[in-house]
Amino acid sequence: MATEAAIINVVARTSLWLQPHRIVLILIALGLVLAAAFFMRWDWLPQYYEMGLIGIWRSLWILAVTCVLGFLLAVPLGLAQATGSFWFAAPAKVFCTVIRGTPLLIQLWLLYYGLGSLFPQYPWIRESWMWPYLRQAWPYGVLALTLSFAGYEGEVMRGAFAGVPKGQLEAARAFGMSRWKAFRRIWLPQAIYRALPTLTGETVLQLKSTPLVATISVIDIFAVSSKVRQDTYLTYEPLLLLALIYMTITGILVFAFSRIEARIPNKVG
Amino acid sequence: MKTVLKTFAVALLLGVAAMGVAKADPVKIGVAAEPYPPFTSPDASGKWVGWEIDFIDAVCAEEKLDCVITPVAWDGIIPALTTKKIDVIASSMSITAERKKTIDFSDKYYNTPTAIIGPKDQKFGPAPADLKGKVVGVQVSTVHAVYAKKHFTEASEIKEYQTQDEANQDLAAGRLDAVQADSIALGEFLKSDQGKACCDLKGMVAPDDEVLGPGVGAGVRKEDTDLKDKINAGIKAIRANGKYDEISKKYFDFDIYGGPTQSN
Amino acid sequence: MTAADASNSGATLIDAFLSASTAGIIELLSPNPPGWGGALLVGLLHSIEIALGATCLGLLIGTGGAYGKLYGGPVVRDLLAVYTTIVRAVPELVLILLLYYAGTDLINQALTAMGYQRVDISGLAAGIAVLGFVQGAYSTEVIRGAILAIPQGQIEAARAYGMSPGLLLRRITLPAMLPFAIPGLANLWLIATKDTALLAVVGFYELALATRQAAGVTKAYFTFFFAAAVLYLLLSLFSNLIIGRVEAWSRRGMPSLKEAR
Repeated sequence: MATEAAIINVVARTSLWLQPHRIVLILIALGLVLAAAFFMRWDWLPQYYEMGLIGIWRSLWILAVTCVLGFLLAVPLGLAQATGSFWFAAPAKVFCTVIRGTPLLIQLWLLYYGLGSLFPQYPWIRESWMWPYLRQAWPYGVLALTLSFAGYEGEVMRGAFAGVPKGQLEAARAFGMSRWKAFRRIWLPQAIYRALPTLTGETVLQLKSTPLVATISVIDIFAVSSKVRQDTYLTYEPLLLLALIYMTITGILVFAFSRIEARIPNKVG
Repeated sequence: MKTVLKTFAVALLLGVAAMGVAKADPVKIGVAAEPYPPFTSPDASGKWVGWEIDFIDAVCAEEKLDCVITPVAWDGIIPALTTKKIDVIASSMSITAERKKTIDFSDKYYNTPTAIIGPKDQKFGPAPADLKGKVVGVQVSTVHAVYAKKHFTEASEIKEYQTQDEANQDLAAGRLDAVQADSIALGEFLKSDQGKACCDLKGMVAPDDEVLGPGVGAGVRKEDTDLKDKINAGIKAIRANGKYDEISKKYFDFDIYGGPTQSN
Repeated sequence: MTAADASNSGATLIDAFLSASTAGIIELLSPNPPGWGGALLVGLLHSIEIALGATCLGLLIGTGGAYGKLYGGPVVRDLLAVYTTIVRAVPELVLILLLYYAGTDLINQALTAMGYQRVDISGLAAGIAVLGFVQGAYSTEVIRGAILAIPQGQIEAARAYGMSPGLLLRRITLPAMLPFAIPGLANLWLIATKDTALLAVVGFYELALATRQAAGVTKAYFTFFFAAAVLYLLLSLFSNLIIGRVEAWSRRGMPSLKEAR
């Protein structure tokens, strides 16, 4: 039954792709790609190939680290807003509002250049163990992107925590689970299930925010493409390739998340 | 439906275009949209001031060109010129063989040496050996970035900043060990409160004409030879009639034009 | 470092920051030159102008795009799918750079091809066009979703009455989809206000660039970036206030949100 449906699905999909107008469109697209490949300048590629790979790796690394850390921060933020007393909920709400209400670029510059401009006033900072990290740019990029992800996802988690039916929690308590156990076994997993569909979108949005770190001198893939533009005086080629790279990463992310989501039973509770 | 979409598209296009139609046809003078004192710098009322602004105004007045200062991002200033967002680059851009492959330049209008500055509490010179293991800051896509990468191969890192003031700022913050840039621009920074407190001059770098070029010129599109000739004539005229010196005296107590034969 | 030391140095940090001449900060932020407050406010005004223009342009593109996606021929539908997919998969910063350099070129080439004169596109118009193009892709999806949320019977009934497509759009589709579209569109407006900051990277004069210049000239980086963050936040909070009103207005006569859920 399942395989039959799958076969029908595949046949339907291929026949969809083979509609006459699609073939024409694909041919036009292919033509454009070929034209771009032949009539634009790509001779810089071998020289920057390695730098580009390092840049992609760095972008992905920043994306992964900030998403994981941001999500870990989003859980308490969401929980505080969903249940906490005023003294927990208010700061969490203010944090989310501020992060969501200001551009990431300004947050990033405030952290990097704003804090940086205060350093000379406090000589002890330069003697502390943190200084080797504070000297570099990437910790500020990671911090700003983490806070940003936490701010947006915290709002999602608030809804997710609030959306878990009360009855489930009451049932868990009636079973004699401690508050902590009920949270760990029932509330948190269900909230995460509920938040999962938004995670794809939030992660893609986060990926699209990573190039901003190039403005504080972190050399990610965007910075590499800027470098190519400045070295070769080409405008379109590096940008088009960059767009293609981001589209590919987005595609892979969406595909990976859809696989993960498919593995999780879509009806919980 | 299709015709509706088509008219829609044309209307949109014209709408966008109409919003931007300028009445006259002024010459757009592109300057980097960042403070680069004492050459080009915005003041609090949004006006652009500095030696280079006065200079290009004098050239335009001499040649009766209707010039408007148009700030654009420094790292995109050459594409802005080639895609006709601006007509002239007057942003302390050095004339180099590399840039001449893409754009053309007027005659040079000033030429000053390149300097290295660093924190006061560290003693070192401007030679490549002195910068070994140091983090050197430069502005992106400048001759200084090219120079630093070519000569300071033993530096631990060469960090590129979008604007010069951000590089200066990171030096003051202690994130950089040295900054390489034009000596006048760095001198202006060292005169500021922040510069006085943190840094001092380490010296001038060794000349490299191939990289640093014969001085600063106005960038124009290769096909705009008329405009280039006019600017050249203007520069010659204000050098001859004393206007150039008059402007320079307002800002400097020495001659920034540099000798006729280039040594740095 | 002991805990006492840490709290001490923390306290001195705060002390020093507060005493970092409050008078100096007020002077820097004063709206009259040599204070940079005025420059910041002009920047904010430009940001709002660009965001307003971009949202309106985005709405136009979005309405057209949603109609094309729902009722257009197969080719139109595919092209629109390509447009929305690409725009939503590529960082805004990259799109802004691409469109900023390519956009003017393409418009001029298109106009020359259609027999019009080359035009000179001002910074403001280019900024609006670039952000509007990006917003258009998101609006297309929001409006498409909203149109699909209209009970189909309403549109069928209108067709049965013999309404022309234009009248149908004006009298039925647009008003009926509004309550469904407004939350999404409001979100897009908030994104637009924040995305204007990205234009600073290509050198548009708006709040972020004004801030960067003010900070660069005065070296008071912390003060100015903080002030800019406050201005953006105020803009967002004020927008939220208005959006709440508009949402209530557009849903008038409908069951309240809580009941609908």
